[in-house]
Amino acid sequence: MADKDVLTGEHFIHGDAACAEGGLAAGCRFFAGYPITPATEVAERMARRLPEVGGIYIQMEDEIASMAAILGASWGGVKSMTSTSGPGFSLMMENIGLGMMTETPCVVVNVQRGGPSTGLPTLVGQADVMQARWGSHGDYGCIAVSPASPQECFDLTILAFNLSEMYRQPVFVMSDETVGHMTEKVIIPPLQELHVVQRAKPAVDSGRYLPFESTGPMPAPMAIAGDGYHVHVTGLTHDERGYPVITDAVQERNVRHIVEKVRMNAHNIIRVDEVALDDAEVVVIAYGCTSRVARQAVEDMRRKGRRVGLLRLVTLWPFPSNIVRRLAERVKAFVVPEINYGQIALEVERTAGGKAETVLMGLMGGSIHSPEEIQEVVGQYL
Amino acid sequence: MKRHFRDIVPFDQDSADRTIEEGHGLHPLDEYLKPGRIPHIWCPGCGLGVVLTTYIEAIRRKNIPVDQCVVVSGIGCSGRVAGYLDMDTYHTTHGRAIPFATGLALTRPDLHVTVFSGDGDLFAIGGNHMIHGARRNINLNVICVNNFNYGMTGGQAGPTTPVDARTSTTPMGNAEPGFNLPHLAHASGAVYVARWTTFHPRQLVHSITETFDKKGFTFVEVIAPCPTGYGRPNKLGGGLDEMRYYKEMSEIRNGADPSQAEIRLKGKILCGTFINVERPDFLENYNNLVIAKAQGRNKGKAA
Repeated sequence: MADKDVLTGEHFIHGDAACAEGGLAAGCRFFAGYPITPATEVAERMARRLPEVGGIYIQMEDEIASMAAILGASWGGVKSMTSTSGPGFSLMMENIGLGMMTETPCVVVNVQRGGPSTGLPTLVGQADVMQARWGSHGDYGCIAVSPASPQECFDLTILAFNLSEMYRQPVFVMSDETVGHMTEKVIIPPLQELHVVQRAKPAVDSGRYLPFESTGPMPAPMAIAGDGYHVHVTGLTHDERGYPVITDAVQERNVRHIVEKVRMNAHNIIRVDEVALDDAEVVVIAYGCTSRVARQAVEDMRRKGRRVGLLRLVTLWPFPSNIVRRLAERVKAFVVPEINYGQIALEVERTAGGKAETVLMGLMGGSIHSPEEIQEVVGQYL
Repeated sequence: MKRHFRDIVPFDQDSADRTIEEGHGLHPLDEYLKPGRIPHIWCPGCGLGVVLTTYIEAIRRKNIPVDQCVVVSGIGCSGRVAGYLDMDTYHTTHGRAIPFATGLALTRPDLHVTVFSGDGDLFAIGGNHMIHGARRNINLNVICVNNFNYGMTGGQAGPTTPVDARTSTTPMGNAEPGFNLPHLAHASGAVYVARWTTFHPRQLVHSITETFDKKGFTFVEVIAPCPTGYGRPNKLGGGLDEMRYYKEMSEIRNGADPSQAEIRLKGKILCGTFINVERPDFLENYNNLVIAKAQGRNKGKAA
């Protein structure tokens, strides 16, 4: 069925379908999910496509179970993913924490809609950005990507799988309703042109294998079920063997490891798109669907000779603090359009440290900014 | 920001090796236990040791290599079973052992996946997963240790606590009836349903060996003493007294209707293998119906 694994060619598909195709191209062979608008189309695509490639699609009883099932599948040695939207993302937080603590690679696609609670099921939001970062209790490092087009839904879902395998943790694809339901051309390259990270296997025998060791800031290779390593995997605080040890010293090492493997590698994970930043006096910082109108606004203003640039966040977490800090030294203001009450704007303001003004253009959900609105606000700070 | 932390103390392999050298291998079942994990955390008189031993005995009797055995557990005293067994073991979140095990069992049909957990974990917080796992007929063996209370948190009432029983959160007696677990498991679709007490280790070993041969969702309930959390407030005495109670009050009726298996405070305990039937498990249906059609369609043939 190799020809069905990667649908090489040009397609006219929506972002949700592209997320599913990205997962399949990355080697995902297990999907557990629960229907929810506006992410259902990811599951529907997977329900049709996974059996074609010999993979398993299962619809679980809720999102709690979906998240638990993809962790189990990952320990079975199979790349796994789920998709959801805000209310389901809230339910997944419990087992996202288990995935972080047990260092289990998998991918969670969140096609964001307006919240809180049931909110706007069919309309766009971007208000789960901080939930992705801090949503499960306790400290852990977070990796989240933010696609701005169906093409990026494909590309960044593959990237999310790669990062999840490299850093051994759940990785979030923070899509949104606008991008998820937007239909555009998606180019799927041939299999051999895709960069797909395969799971590393332990190189030592079971006597000396430490499944939760840190090598520098990197996690140990993962021994899956049935490999003979007899690994104990627990959400309790554990030592490098995986044995539960309820002491402050082991907690210190355990938590520092799962935070620092992301923090110390942030420079390798972060991806941004820099548009006309060189002489910019005002920089728009945007992501997801919002970055599309922000780009339009910046290009229109540039044509009129206005010194404005765009920093598009391809990865939301870890946040590109060094880039924003450097820009803050020389720009007048950051304008942050986002469909929430100021979430990435908080990071921008914190990182700018008072050296440049931070201006939130918040929308509570249900619609996207217009380029004209952004131009008007940017104009006030030039 | 500047960050100040304490120094990290890395894992001390030598000290771990010493602990294992000194304490591991003294017990005849140590080859099945993770080196350096004993002593366990369970109270004197607890029934969990019996259940752990019967599981090991069942593996031995079936001659199943430990590399093909996987144990998944939830949270609670029973949830700790996973951590003591020398095999691939997964100690998951509270109530979520079954959905985690679902992912594992579906991706690894070559392994024997056993879910080991307690009544509170499987039937209160995890109740929904339990009934759906049984309905789907996932190829899992569930061993539910029922001690009628939440032991680890100090003896609170749970979904199996009988009416009028006393616990730390029902100090005047419980106003709710408990679940009849075999009846619920049967109604949900389990292909094998049995109940034993820790007074019946031989029958329990036999039941667990039978579940290894079953394709689909099996459910074995083990009634176990919890002298600390449940025995004391209900004046059931110590672990030995509870075993005497099981001896006197158990009635073995294989093939009995599980609807008759309700347990009342200090009442009789119906034991036996109640259900042993065949029906296609999830993967059989998925492979024969879904994958066959999907792949047949690709070849341009009618499914």
